[in-house]
This record gives sequence, structure tokens and C-alpha cells, in this order.
Amino acid sequence: MTDTGLTRLTAAAMSDRLRDGDLSSRELVEAHLALADRENPALNAWLALDGAGARDAADDADARLAVARDEGAAALASLHPLCGVPVGLKDLVSVRGGQCTAGSRILAGYVSPYDAHITERLRDAGAVILGKLNMDEFAMGSSTEHSAYGPTANPWDLGRVPGGSSGGSAASVAAGHVPLSIGTDTGGSIRQPAALCGIVGLKPTYGRVSRYGIVAFASSLDQIGPFARDAAMLLHAVAGRDERDSTSAPLPVPDDLLHLPATDDEAAGYLRGLRLGIPHEYFVAGMEPGVEARVREAVAALAAAGAEIVDVSLPHTDYGLATYYIVAPAEASANLARYDGIRFGHAVRDGDVLANYLATRGSGFGAEVKRRIMLGTYALSAGYYDAYYLKAQKVRTLIKADFDAAFGAGIDALVAPTSPSVAWPFGAKLDDPVAMYLSDACTLPVSMAGLPGISIPAGLSDGLPVGLQLIGPAWSELALFRLARAYEAITADASWRVLEPPGLAALRAPAGIVP
Amino acid sequence: MGTLSRDEVEHVAHLARLGLTDAELTRLVGQLNHILDQYAILARLDTDTIPPTAQTIELENILREDVARPSLSQAEALANAPERDGSYVVVPAILGGD
Repeated sequence: MTDTGLTRLTAAAMSDRLRDGDLSSRELVEAHLALADRENPALNAWLALDGAGARDAADDADARLAVARDEGAAALASLHPLCGVPVGLKDLVSVRGGQCTAGSRILAGYVSPYDAHITERLRDAGAVILGKLNMDEFAMGSSTEHSAYGPTANPWDLGRVPGGSSGGSAASVAAGHVPLSIGTDTGGSIRQPAALCGIVGLKPTYGRVSRYGIVAFASSLDQIGPFARDAAMLLHAVAGRDERDSTSAPLPVPDDLLHLPATDDEAAGYLRGLRLGIPHEYFVAGMEPGVEARVREAVAALAAAGAEIVDVSLPHTDYGLATYYIVAPAEASANLARYDGIRFGHAVRDGDVLANYLATRGSGFGAEVKRRIMLGTYALSAGYYDAYYLKAQKVRTLIKADFDAAFGAGIDALVAPTSPSVAWPFGAKLDDPVAMYLSDACTLPVSMAGLPGISIPAGLSDGLPVGLQLIGPAWSELALFRLARAYEAITADASWRVLEPPGLAALRAPAGIVP
Repeated sequence: MGTLSRDEVEHVAHLARLGLTDAELTRLVGQLNHILDQYAILARLDTDTIPPTAQTIELENILREDVARPSLSQAEALANAPERDGSYVVVPAILGGD
């Protein structure tokens, strides 16, 4: 029987015990690998588990920890807290010598010739990469059903989607297969699956994390971020300027991300005098009553703990969907032109160069990716550019101005739902692209404005997790984590905080006992 | 903003170098028009005097020294090519003849 106790520790608790020497990285990795191996047939969160690579990295981390312990407290303190801690990566992050499918058939068999910037940073920190996680093809989707390698299940109910596109990253953390994982968010692909799986997920400010070595979707929107039960230390490990991504910002990454308040009293104190805006446009028709109830209760709890609650208006919210579904497919149609069957990836020979392109791309891309390439190509084509792409970029200016006005008027952060619904059954939105797109209505405007947003658990509706979205001005990730930590502190005694995702419970029951 | 005909969908597929089956084309005509209907909301906004936003963080002109640095070896760079001949990637003839 696997020691599932080790797999329920937070990353911070693992880090403390690794430094103390009463736990080895190898023990942690064995426990997590065993659990992931056993449960992945039911969950399909992992596209690849690298047991040999993870064991080697764990032994290296244990050696670094042992040397530092011998040298004393200063040496231990100089190690990153992630040293020896297992992490998972969405399968669009390059790891030298390993697969990088981006959830697509067109990258089947492709082997990454180099490490992504964040892979280098994680290796430098001593984090142990356990494997690669399932996703909607090229990160296009909100349910992980658009993966060419089959859907991922939600650990809370194996008949429901985990959200997407980073569904494998969210499900693996919710199931305890890793304490931390990396995802990417273009229109909601970290925040929405975090909400549907009942964990924390942060989309940082556009430009906070280098995308060197990440498969591109929409270049003015894509951003890398952490999933976890305690995510700040993972952001700290990967954020910062990298000259190989010219959009990564030359701004310092606050070390205080490693020093969030340890006690609930200290954490809750952050709320006193804070001005929190509630954008009424985010409480829309079509939102599930159970989701709205949990979000309203969360707002009431924040008010009771000393935050000032201000009703605000973001009048261009309703234009977020149309704007996003012009800009993102346009950028995607350009980025995905590189999949030509010539230099790498899936290739079909069907005659001349044109026939090869048509056959390679026609058989290599899935239905959603084709839809987005078609939308983007049309929006950029002669005669339609002004009506669609240029118009959307102008409306993007108005959406961003809404947020600038709210923060300019002294609002410290906005509080809203992450997703208008809880996790839905497989197939419910698969044949209706617009219904699928609408599931990201609360995250798309934030992405269009390039702002950071974090989704944190806020209880259950009909037994399924509800996410609370906290949105801040550019570069306010530390403030968002402090606010999130404060909300955790004031709800520390809530009964739902200690629940395990029930979907995997049957798999974990001792053999022979069937509930 | 108009409706996309099947011919127009076929033309866009050609521009995008996507080989689509008849069934895919039929499905896409319906789906793309449904999605384009959602774009109509943008016509409600007067944006004549609004400047476009292409990126949100207002960084500009970050330059680096133009110096040679180590990169992938030729073998590494070509390792993923579907078809190779020595140090070349093989493609069909583009200019006339066989």
C-alpha cells in the first residue's frame, strides 16, 4: 500500500521535512510515482511519467540537501524551498530528450532538443520533474476533452471534466499525484481547471514568466503559472526576466513570495482596510445558483474580517468573449503555421508540397484546433481584417481601461467567480463550441487586459468545487497571494477544507472492500 | 457582418493549408457561422477614436548585444525531421520538373 500520507502534504511541509532530514526526496518521489501509476488509468492526467529521470533527480536533490545540512543553516537557507519537491509539467513545456505533444497528434514522436527556461529554473531549484500532463490540444479548450490522447477525469467525479486546457495539471494536484504543477493560461486555462478541481491556480501578469521553450498558442495572451495547494513558491522559482523571451519583464520577483504568513491570525490581518471591488457584470444570467451562493458567502466572509467591499462596474465585460475569440485564434493561426510536416512532427506525403501540407495538417490537427485556425485565418484575411481583428484590438483597449479605472479609483483587488458553473459531465458541451467558450466568460476579460488572476477554493456546490477569482493590477501577484492566504485563514475551519476528492476514493479503498 | 458560405469556408481552409473532408466542411460552415454571430456584439461599440491594443505591458525595444552564442548542433537541429538526406531536410521539388 502506498503511503498516501506523504502525498497529502503541502509543498511547504515537504520542503521543511526535507531540510530537517526526516524525509528524503527519493521517498517522496516513490510515494507520488506509485500513486500516479496506480490511478492514472482511471484519471488519464499523465501523458508520460519519467520514473527513472525523477529518481535520479531526487537522488541529486537528496545529495544537495545532505551537503547543505552538513554545512549549516546558511547553506540550507540558500537552497530553494522546492529542492527535492516533485512537480508535474503540462505537456507543452520542453524537457530536453522528452516528449512534448501539446496534446496533439501532430507532435506525436517529437523529442524536445532543449529545455524550456522554466525547466532550467526548476532544475536549478532542485525540483523533481515527475512527468508530463494532459491538456486540450495546443491549449485550445475548457475541458481537456480536446486532447488527442483522451480526456482527463475530474478527481471529484470521474464522470466529469476537470476543466481545461490545463486539465491534467489540475487533476494531478487535486489527486495528490504531485503537490505542484505547471500550466499555461491564455483565456482561463489555469484558473478554470483550478476552480473545477478545487485547488489553487494562478495566471500571472502577462510577461511575468518566460515562455522560452513553451509551445505557443496566442502570443499576446499566453502565460505560465502554478497549480497547487500552496502555489507561491513555484511562481517564485520560475518567474523573472529571460532574454530569450523578449516579452518577459525586467522586473524583480519578490522574495516575500516565499514568506507568506505562517499563522492564520497574521494572514487574516492583511484584510483590514483592504478595498475589494465586486464587479456586478460577473454575476450573470446563466451562472449556477450554487456557484453564486458560494461567491457571495466568500465576499461576506471577507467583509466580516475587515475588508471594505465596493460595488464596481466593468462595463465592457460582455465584449470579452467576442474579442478573445478573434484575437486568440488570429494569433494561433499564425503560430500554428509552423506545423508543416517538413522540419519536425507528424508528416504525410501526398504528392507536391501543397498536397503534403493539406494532408499533414488535415490529419494532424483535431477538430477544435482546426476551428480556431479557420476563425483566425478568416479574421486576418483580406477585406475582414478591419472588421474583425482591428476592431477586437480596439475593444481590447476598452476592456483594459475598465480595469485601469477600477484600480485607479483605489480598489486593491477584484473578487469574482472563476467559472459560472461547476465541473460538467463529459460530452455536455463538446458539440457546441459557443457553450464551451462561454464557460470562460469570467476569465477572458482578465486575460485580454494582461492582468494576474488567481482561483482559490471557496467550498462546494452539489458536492463539486467552486472557485473564487481574485484579480489584481499588473505585477500584483504577491498581493493576490496574501489576499488568497487571508481568505484561507478566515475559512480555515470550514468543513469542506478537509474533504478529499471522492472520485478516487473507490480506487483507494483497501482491496476486497467495495463500498 | 455577413454569413460564410461553403465556398468561402473552403477558400479559408485553402489559405490555412488545412485538408478538410466534406463532412468537416459541412460541420464547420454551421459552427463558424454560429461563432461569427457572437462577434456581432462588437458592432454596438463606436471605436473610431480608440487606439488598438496589441500587447498589454507596454515594454518596448528590449535589445541585446549581437554576439554569437552556442546553439543546437546540426544533428540536434535535424533530429526531428521526418525525412533527411545527410545534413539536409528532404522536401518535394517546388520549382518545375520532377
